[in-house]
Amino acid sequence: MDIITAKNLHLHYGTFPALKGIDMNIPEREITALIGPSGCGKSTFLKTLNRMNDTVRGVKITGEVKFHDQNIFASDVDVTLLRKNVGMVFQKPNPFPMSIYDNVAYGPKLHGSHKKNELNEIVERSLRGAALWEEVKDRLKKSALGLSGGQQQRLCIARALSVSPDVLLMDEPTSALDPASTMKIEELMSELKNDYTVVTVTHNMQQAARISDKTAFFLVGELVEMGETSDIFSMPKDKRTEDYITGRFG
Amino acid sequence: MKVKKRVEKVINAVFFICGLITIIAVLAITAYMVISGVPAIREIGLVDFLFGQVWRSTGSNPEYGILPFILTSVYGTLGACIIGVPIGIMTAVYLAKIANSRLGGLVNTAVELLAGIPSVVYGLIGMMILVPGIMKAFDLKSGTTLLAAIIVLAIMILPNIISISRTALLSVPEEFEEASLALGATKMETVFKVSVPAAKSGITAGIVLGIGRAIGEAMAVMMVAGNVANMPSLLTSVTFLTTAVSKEMAYASGLQREALFSIALVLFVFIIIINIILNVFLKRGDKK
Amino acid sequence: MKQDITKGLSGKRRAYSGVMRGLAYLCAGITVALIVFVIAYIFYRGLGHISWEFLTTTRSVLNDTIGILPNIINTLYIIFTTLIIALPLGIGAAIYLNEYAENRAFVRIIEFATETLTGIPSIIYGLFGYLLFRQGLGLGTSILAGSLTLVIMVLPTVVRTTQEALRTVPLAYREGALGLGATKWYMIRTIILPSSLDGIIGGAILAVGRVVGESAALIFTAGTGYALVTNYVQALGTSGGSLSVALYVYVYEQGKFDVGFAIAAILVIIVLLINFAAKFAQKRLKRI
Repeated sequence: MDIITAKNLHLHYGTFPALKGIDMNIPEREITALIGPSGCGKSTFLKTLNRMNDTVRGVKITGEVKFHDQNIFASDVDVTLLRKNVGMVFQKPNPFPMSIYDNVAYGPKLHGSHKKNELNEIVERSLRGAALWEEVKDRLKKSALGLSGGQQQRLCIARALSVSPDVLLMDEPTSALDPASTMKIEELMSELKNDYTVVTVTHNMQQAARISDKTAFFLVGELVEMGETSDIFSMPKDKRTEDYITGRFG
Repeated sequence: MKVKKRVEKVINAVFFICGLITIIAVLAITAYMVISGVPAIREIGLVDFLFGQVWRSTGSNPEYGILPFILTSVYGTLGACIIGVPIGIMTAVYLAKIANSRLGGLVNTAVELLAGIPSVVYGLIGMMILVPGIMKAFDLKSGTTLLAAIIVLAIMILPNIISISRTALLSVPEEFEEASLALGATKMETVFKVSVPAAKSGITAGIVLGIGRAIGEAMAVMMVAGNVANMPSLLTSVTFLTTAVSKEMAYASGLQREALFSIALVLFVFIIIINIILNVFLKRGDKK
Repeated sequence: MKQDITKGLSGKRRAYSGVMRGLAYLCAGITVALIVFVIAYIFYRGLGHISWEFLTTTRSVLNDTIGILPNIINTLYIIFTTLIIALPLGIGAAIYLNEYAENRAFVRIIEFATETLTGIPSIIYGLFGYLLFRQGLGLGTSILAGSLTLVIMVLPTVVRTTQEALRTVPLAYREGALGLGATKWYMIRTIILPSSLDGIIGGAILAVGRVVGESAALIFTAGTGYALVTNYVQALGTSGGSLSVALYVYVYEQGKFDVGFAIAAILVIIVLLINFAAKFAQKRLKRI
């Protein structure tokens, strides 16, 4: 069952075509990795899925992206609800300059949970979901900026989980982290797919091979090829994919 | 070579002295304020001076209590903040987060203009518009009141609050706002629940700067407040610490004149405290 | 589980966003309206009273005519005298801070002193100038006493803007010059100062703005004189009211509002020009 489907998706920054007719089906409760060299459009594609591109001036989008069979560009769609259901974790850990607790409670409060018990429960559940609870449960009221980089990124994951999304978009979530923290996040991602659909952009092909179920290879705004990760890495259909994963460019 | 070295040394010394000037100036001002301000306080008594409710410097039995001036300055500044701070912060929000860059830039230029207009010009406008307006609105004999001064001061501190808050809001990292939007917050929720709290130190610094300007303003206030040594209330004629000094300076002599310097010392102490608070907030803002 | 993403925001959230956005627009509107009103009102009331005669004659009590030529000239004298002292000192201090100083603690003390000077209100400067220059140094009520007072007041502006300008000179320039065996002073003279000239000029323009708008610091130091003194050296020792001071005197002490508005209009024009000039200097600074 596909949770997100893109059809003939074009995106222009001004006159520059960043995405050229992407067709993609993203299966539910799997990890889909988007790979490709810098500037290939994979991050742009990711940000289109929760319409974070809408804030950028001069962006023009045509084509269609469906989330649960609803076109996310339709005029009756509420972006805030889309984003509640399609969460996002960024490249650089970006916790708010607030306490750990307030970081996680921010989303639920926005969406109408104000009862203390309810919030406590959501915070604990989200932090457990991000494998951070044990490390921070004694200092929930301390500033989130005091955490290590890896902990901050897991806090950002907890924050994204706090509003119970269906899909989690991750934009190179480990590129700013050390190897040990990266490993923790990778383990976490593998667990997350039991409950969530994960779409991740990565520069690191080993990472894509290790954790993802499906892999999509982007090149200069086009989706070259997408398939089972094992297939893409062992017998790519397209010559360009093969060149890329064998390290001939990128 | 030796000559060159000597020249370098001399030049180094010259610049060093230039660098010292600001320190010397601060020390000299402090010294003068203290030396000229203390004698009258000694003679009058600190408690009588600070908490005396009657200022009658020219009578046959003079009294030198400056509580009315202190309270007027405090109330006046507070009142100016109550009006100026919300308008200033909301304008800064508009400039930094809502307006497109061209319109925002235009408005910002206008705000800078507001900052550059001399205080006597504000005083003049206050005299011509606020004072008669207040007189009519509240059916008073005279419109020169604390309220008029508060409104003039509110307008005068507006540019300080706006420009510093705007800078603070602009320097909030975009990542914070992105994270909030990605959680499904609206633009305004993001601005007021993430950006404004993150820019708290800078915004506070702007407010403190505004407080400093309000409490130190003399001429504009002089022109609209009436300058009677009443205990302050909104619709009475009042004297601020600043105007207490400037009003009588031209003709004062003896203890009266010394008491004016003591008032200046009290004002100076207020300003130094505000400066220290300001520095704390600016430093805190820098750290982030 | 199918999620509907079209249901939309709750009414409460929609209201919150709408109200906050509305308030931001409202406050920005108030600010802009205020600026437009202040300028328009001053021009409306003032421009009509500006005539060639008004600008080029002196005040005559006998004929009961008012001309502001002496005040214009006094203002120019004060600007010139203040800048000719404040610029070398301020630029020197900035060069010391940026190029020479090695002791971090000392630099911090100087910078703290500079910030403190920024926060001191002009009435305090006025009293300090009164005590030190007018009485202490025996300069009397004179343009020199007023200008010296303003030197201290504008010093922080000059130091800060010069420091900012110096910081924009790329490190490579310095290393290049020093690598060629130039002495430090030679490098500063030939490389650093020329390439930060725009910023320094910008600072000087801002300082002019402060001098033009100042009244409280001048009224007890340079005084309110309105005699035309064409000899600069002689003028230094004479009491002379600047435009801002004249506005205050005409309006507050003599009730001549038309004259006040005319001077106010001239001041606003000067402020406009100064703001544009400073913007221009800043833009050139950014281009480098």
